[in-house]
Amino acid sequence: MEYLPLLGIVMVVVGFAMRFNPLFVVVAAAVATGLLAGLDLGAVIEALGKAFNDNRFISVTWIILPVIGLLERHGLQQRARALIESVRGATMGKLLMLYLLFRQITAALGMKDIGGHPQAVRPLVAPMAEAAAEKSHGELPRSERQKVLAMSAATDNVGLFFGEDIFFAIASILLIQGVFESSGYPLTPLELSVWAIPTAICAFFIHSWRITALDRSLAQVRSSSEAEGPA
Amino acid sequence: MITYEWLYWLAGAFFTLWSIFSLRDQRFGNAAFWGILAASFFLGSHLSDLANGLLVLALVAIAGFGGLSRSEPEITSLIDREKFSGMLGNKLFLPALIVPVTAVAGTLLYNYTPLNETGLFAERKETLLLFGVGVVVALIVAMTWLKTPVTAPIEEGRRLIDSIGWAAILPQMLAALGAVFALAGVGDIIGGVAQSAIPEGSIFLTVVVFALGMALFTMIMGNAFAAFPVMAAAIGIPLLVQTYDGNPAVIGAVGMLAGFCGTLLTPMAANFNIVPAALLELDDQNGVIRQQIGTAIPLWACNVVIIYVGAFLLWR
Repeated sequence: MEYLPLLGIVMVVVGFAMRFNPLFVVVAAAVATGLLAGLDLGAVIEALGKAFNDNRFISVTWIILPVIGLLERHGLQQRARALIESVRGATMGKLLMLYLLFRQITAALGMKDIGGHPQAVRPLVAPMAEAAAEKSHGELPRSERQKVLAMSAATDNVGLFFGEDIFFAIASILLIQGVFESSGYPLTPLELSVWAIPTAICAFFIHSWRITALDRSLAQVRSSSEAEGPA
Repeated sequence: MITYEWLYWLAGAFFTLWSIFSLRDQRFGNAAFWGILAASFFLGSHLSDLANGLLVLALVAIAGFGGLSRSEPEITSLIDREKFSGMLGNKLFLPALIVPVTAVAGTLLYNYTPLNETGLFAERKETLLLFGVGVVVALIVAMTWLKTPVTAPIEEGRRLIDSIGWAAILPQMLAALGAVFALAGVGDIIGGVAQSAIPEGSIFLTVVVFALGMALFTMIMGNAFAAFPVMAAAIGIPLLVQTYDGNPAVIGAVGMLAGFCGTLLTPMAANFNIVPAALLELDDQNGVIRQQIGTAIPLWACNVVIIYVGAFLLWR
């Protein structure tokens, strides 16, 4: 019986896998979990409402969209592409590796708000990566183009996650410190943050290798489509 | 003092405008969705928990029954964009940089100069508040420089928010789910399961279960913050630190990073994985996660090795 509330987790996994609307899945799972744990329906709705309200700051970041949209209207994405096309020897691999390093270093210095998906990836990084890939490999088929865009977003995430913990005054480090302190192990934030460095180095090499592998696979896609003759 | 409430009013104003413009466009589902969200931003602090909960249910009902559609407000053509891009040159990047520079430089300036004694911003909230300031400044600069009609940023913003659609509030909704999970004691149950999965006497396998628990529970909750206290209390502290005498700093720091590998793999971490797929207009909602699998799994294995070597082999 004590495992019953875990049914909510199962609902989330199944619901996401079946491609139901995720908002719908999340609320259904919340209601089921609450009811199975013995709360009444009113209490679950109240808990949802309170938590949703307390977390409004998460959705505040959308206020940047009018700025990005306005600049896109005046050719920001085209400008980003033109900039990359003008750099000699620029490849998608080199560009994304450079962005990975930049994102890790700035995050490690506490500047995790440089970068991000609406501000940087959509208007700048993704169009640049696409332009660089097309520069070396010619026009990309739709599926390959989407891989390049997705890899740009992935590179932003990897750079952020495995850079930010090197900065000692960040929420996750403070959380680790708090948890250990309450169990009688006082640690300083600096002791913790230096141990984020080995993983950060591994992340850079592993993800760089993946980026390079994607760049190479794009070259193969082109040579195989050339072998088949003009499409 | 400037608080989050100011930002909520600003966001509420934008959502209200998007709602009105959707109405003019006869997209009633979109108008209702953004309108309810605007109400949450304007009134949320004064409503009861139950009323806020009902707003949530209304948002979900609209999204769940397919009430949201993409809008295509009149925008400049691709040819116009190329023309503008050539005309304006690299100066076009400058307004885009205003927001991050204001947020980052402003935070540093505020925290490391006597400015923080003024108490202008609510404590520890200055970065997001300065982000809001940056948005307002960038908007004014861009509108003045480009001489756009007043409606242009609203239409362009609506084009983008409609392309994101319901995913725009998924991260906030998942945070609410996390709160309900916590209330229902899901963390304690998971911790118990993880503890019972541990083979006796093997330090290495205990490290593996700890790191695996961090990654899997992070995938369920969508962020490592919820997983960490549970896994630390179930395995990290009692077994790895107390029984096997490992280095607590390594276990804590790298254990958290093993959780971050899980963040790369889950649609529950919507703002990192699902929202970008919507922003980049990918066909596959999980396209970003697919590109992250090949990085996350080997990196997770590295974290296991780092904990084993750093917390045990080197420590003794």
